[in-house]
Amino acid sequence: MSFQPVKFYQTGTFTVGNRLLPPEERSVQSDSKRFNSINSGHRACQGCGEALGARYAIDAAMEAADGRIIAANATGCLEVFSTPYPETSWQIPWIHSLFGNTAAVATGIAAALKVKGKTGTRVVAQGGDGGTTDIGFGCLSGMFERNDDVLYICYDNGGYMNTGVQRSSATPAAARTSTTPAVGAEPGNVFGQGKFLPAIAMAHDIPYVATATVADLRDLEAKVTRAMEIRGARYIHILVPCPLGWGTASHDTIRMARLAKETGIFPVFEAEHGEIKSVLAIRRPLPVEDYLRPQKRYAHLFGKQPRIDVIAHLQAQADRNIRKYGLQARKGGH
Amino acid sequence: MDKPFAITLDPGSSLANHTGSWRTFRPEYLDRLPPCNATCPAGENIQGWLFHAESGDYEAAWRSLTENNPLPAIMGRVCYHPCEGACNRQHVDSSVGINSIERFLGDEAIKRNWQFMKPATQSGKKVLVVGAGPSGLAAAYHLARLGHAVEIQEAGPYAGGMMRFGIPKYRLPREVIEAEVQRIVNLGVTLKLDAKVSSIEESMQAGKFDAAFLAVGAHIGKRAYIPAGTAAKMVDAISVLRSMEGEDKPMLGRRVVVYGGGNTAIDVARTVKRMGAEPIIVYRRTRDKAPAHDFEIEEALQEGVMVKWLSTIKQAEEGEITIEKMALDDKGFPQPTGEFETLAADSVVLALGQDVDLGLLEGVPGLEVKNGTVQVGPNMMTGHPGIFAGGDMVPSERTVTVAVGHGKKAARHIDAWLKGTTYAPPPKHELAGIEKLNTWYYSEAPHVVRPMLDILRRQSSFDEVVQGLDESNALFEARRCLSCGNCFECDNCYGVCPDNAVIKLGPGKRFKFNFDYCKGCGVCVAECPCGAIKMVAEEN
Ligand SMILES: Cc1cc2nc3c(=O)[nH]c(=O)nc-3n(C[C@H](O)[C@H](O)[C@H](O)COP(=O)(O)OP(=O)(O)OC[C@H]3O[C@@H](n4cnc5c(N)ncnc54)[C@H](O)[C@@H]3O)c2cc1C
Ligand SMILES: Cc1ncc(C[n+]2csc(CCOP(=O)(O)OP(=O)(O)O)c2C)c(N)n1
Ligand code: SF4
Ligand code: SF4
Ligand SMILES: [Mg+2]
Repeated sequence: MSFQPVKFYQTGTFTVGNRLLPPEERSVQSDSKRFNSINSGHRACQGCGEALGARYAIDAAMEAADGRIIAANATGCLEVFSTPYPETSWQIPWIHSLFGNTAAVATGIAAALKVKGKTGTRVVAQGGDGGTTDIGFGCLSGMFERNDDVLYICYDNGGYMNTGVQRSSATPAAARTSTTPAVGAEPGNVFGQGKFLPAIAMAHDIPYVATATVADLRDLEAKVTRAMEIRGARYIHILVPCPLGWGTASHDTIRMARLAKETGIFPVFEAEHGEIKSVLAIRRPLPVEDYLRPQKRYAHLFGKQPRIDVIAHLQAQADRNIRKYGLQARKGGH
Repeated sequence: MDKPFAITLDPGSSLANHTGSWRTFRPEYLDRLPPCNATCPAGENIQGWLFHAESGDYEAAWRSLTENNPLPAIMGRVCYHPCEGACNRQHVDSSVGINSIERFLGDEAIKRNWQFMKPATQSGKKVLVVGAGPSGLAAAYHLARLGHAVEIQEAGPYAGGMMRFGIPKYRLPREVIEAEVQRIVNLGVTLKLDAKVSSIEESMQAGKFDAAFLAVGAHIGKRAYIPAGTAAKMVDAISVLRSMEGEDKPMLGRRVVVYGGGNTAIDVARTVKRMGAEPIIVYRRTRDKAPAHDFEIEEALQEGVMVKWLSTIKQAEEGEITIEKMALDDKGFPQPTGEFETLAADSVVLALGQDVDLGLLEGVPGLEVKNGTVQVGPNMMTGHPGIFAGGDMVPSERTVTVAVGHGKKAARHIDAWLKGTTYAPPPKHELAGIEKLNTWYYSEAPHVVRPMLDILRRQSSFDEVVQGLDESNALFEARRCLSCGNCFECDNCYGVCPDNAVIKLGPGKRFKFNFDYCKGCGVCVAECPCGAIKMVAEEN
């Protein structure tokens, strides 16, 4: 008979927890005494991927830093839904900065801690894709370039969701936003614009850059944990589906993140000092159409006359990611 | 209180904001019925016992299994496992090897001498069980556990029924039957062997029994009219198999023709092959139309059993038979072609099915017999109050597992009847079909194949053909279960809620929702791997 590994745990590490795993191998989120860094009662939409991604990431950072974290937070949904004065959902020291200067504020906190000799307390900066890739980019690039001891986490929902779904430089091509309406010959966000910030972060040769999604909790936790082992500038870019801005069902948030990864639309990888160290391979390959179809922001591609050309263009982008990052499905999953 | 410049309010927690009021739908935990459980003729809670096996607690698994079926080591060998045909995992890769794990648990129980718990109290009622086949044994077991005094009266010299006198040793070693029967006897059941019941009414009166369960099986080999010379040797399959259990082995010669296409034909052919003869099966239809299971035909062919498909026996003489070629018509029925052939044959074994011997029921009022089987109601009671029946003697599929299921069902109704009440089975949960599952979360895991005895020994000895799994393989296979429709505490709902509105209650206690904060987004429902949560509309 062929060899069978005995160490097989029904769901392995795909699920949040697993009663068959030894406790030390379980996820932070499966712990009944997890931090809940961002607490119940926040005002995020039903099924908000950003609220979920923030709890996943900050809880993991808290675990790695023995509960000693200070966070700076850019304006955006995450800040607005968590802290309508005088209420706060944060159970960590947390400071609200402006829309564009979070990286600089975090740098300042890190500098102050250094002066005070409190380097055991770690600094996290967080913001949306707008606050990170657009208005906050200068401050962020400076933080990278100086290698300041900050972990910057970007929650990418592909637009300025808090102010009514405007386009950002992280909005994907063809997506409809309130500033890129689905009209004309090239409806939605135009092709050939925008940027992929993880690649730019890598170009700064900082110690650690990673991408993640809310669909792969164990991967996300491992990346935050790895980032916390390192001193200097670190950047994690998390894809967080937004039911409101994407036009998806509130229960589909994790499914959408999973589809983004499985179709190759969103490459999940980690890099150290500008070099890719690992990628999360595709497990069950799917065409991009499966990812696009459930989203109303792409509804114009599936009208009476389906925009096969546009879908093919998006498929080509996914195929390019798969080639470029080596995301091909491997035998036996990951 | 003194506040800093421009601050007018104390900081507060967002816990004050009960976002549960946004909800229009609410998630609810539920147990759904796994397709394996829904299909098991013995009504086993397969998902339930696999749950224990997954964590390596084999005794708990065995105890859970034997709540419904006292014969797991036998089942794990001879059950045709319809559960695996229904298993949801076939839509992922291939079905869970439920039957092989059941066998592992049954063998483990024998090895470790696990015994059944005796009932706390006795009812004072006496029940007669006629026949120690699987149906009678199962009924006796369940009745004894319900506190009744049970006596089995069995005509034969051993317990087991067709499992002993039909199913050959190389599929079911006799020690296995002995061990599982003994455990039922240890529970307090009286087993009388060589005790044929010739009149059920007399036997009930003589022993002052309050009720009876009949499970006499179907043992009379069916005959077919075949013109035969006086010297032609013709015997029926059941008597051949039965004689294998005694001192005098059947004398069939070298060239043995087996007539029929069912499991019995296959078993006889494989048996005579092991005795050094050259069996050839003659069957009037094609392989895919044969009632025998395909895996059994395959195993027989591997061992060198020959088959003449599309053939009927026209004539039998000493040393040879004449067969006629058949052809299937458009309806799939075999029709004669007028093409004949002779075959050398020292004997012909007829394997054409069995009839029930209803002798013990003569003169019992109220009883209804149709097509040679005893009619029973939904509660397994015959037309005569207090006399119940099950297994091969009542109309149904004839398998060990159905027989065991009848025994259990009858025991529950007998228990109620003795108390002057009626038994109402609990309502069934809704089915956990594959569409209710999110299979993304299950690890890739190929099915563990059971090892087989080498072909030489399969042709020459009665050693068991299909081997069991070892502990690590059984554990692996158990963990392939998807736990359809029943929470297996994977923490997904607890983890994926964007509002921390799921409360983890601790090992074995599952989860509950905190409806103060649950916004009703439904992410937990979508991401529950096994389909143990559903959304329901809020009332207002
Ligand atoms: C060759 C063969 C192979 C088979 N293989 C399989 C298999 O692999 N898997 C499967 O699921 N099923 C198999 N079956 C079918 C299965 O064996 C039967 O369906 C099952 O045993 C029926 O159980 P039962 O309890 O109703 O009757 P039986 O098993 O037939 O038991 C009836 C018992 O009652 C006793 N009895 C009869 N009359 C009296 C009387 N008047 N007084 C006292 N005792 C009496 C008999 O001696 C016998 O012990 C096979 C059948 C045959 C013939
Ligand atoms: C300087 C400045 N310009 C504009 C705004 C208004 N504003 C608040 S949040 C926001 C968009 C936030 O988008 P993003 O950073 O992607 O976060 P999201 O809400 O999508 O999570 C904007 C434009 C502001 N607060 N400050
Ligand atoms: S708009 Fe999108 S990102 Fe903002 S709270 Fe709602 S779901 Fe979350
Ligand atoms: S996966 Fe498990 S619970 Fe589901 S049908 Fe198969 S054995 Fe039963
Ligand atoms: Mg955004």
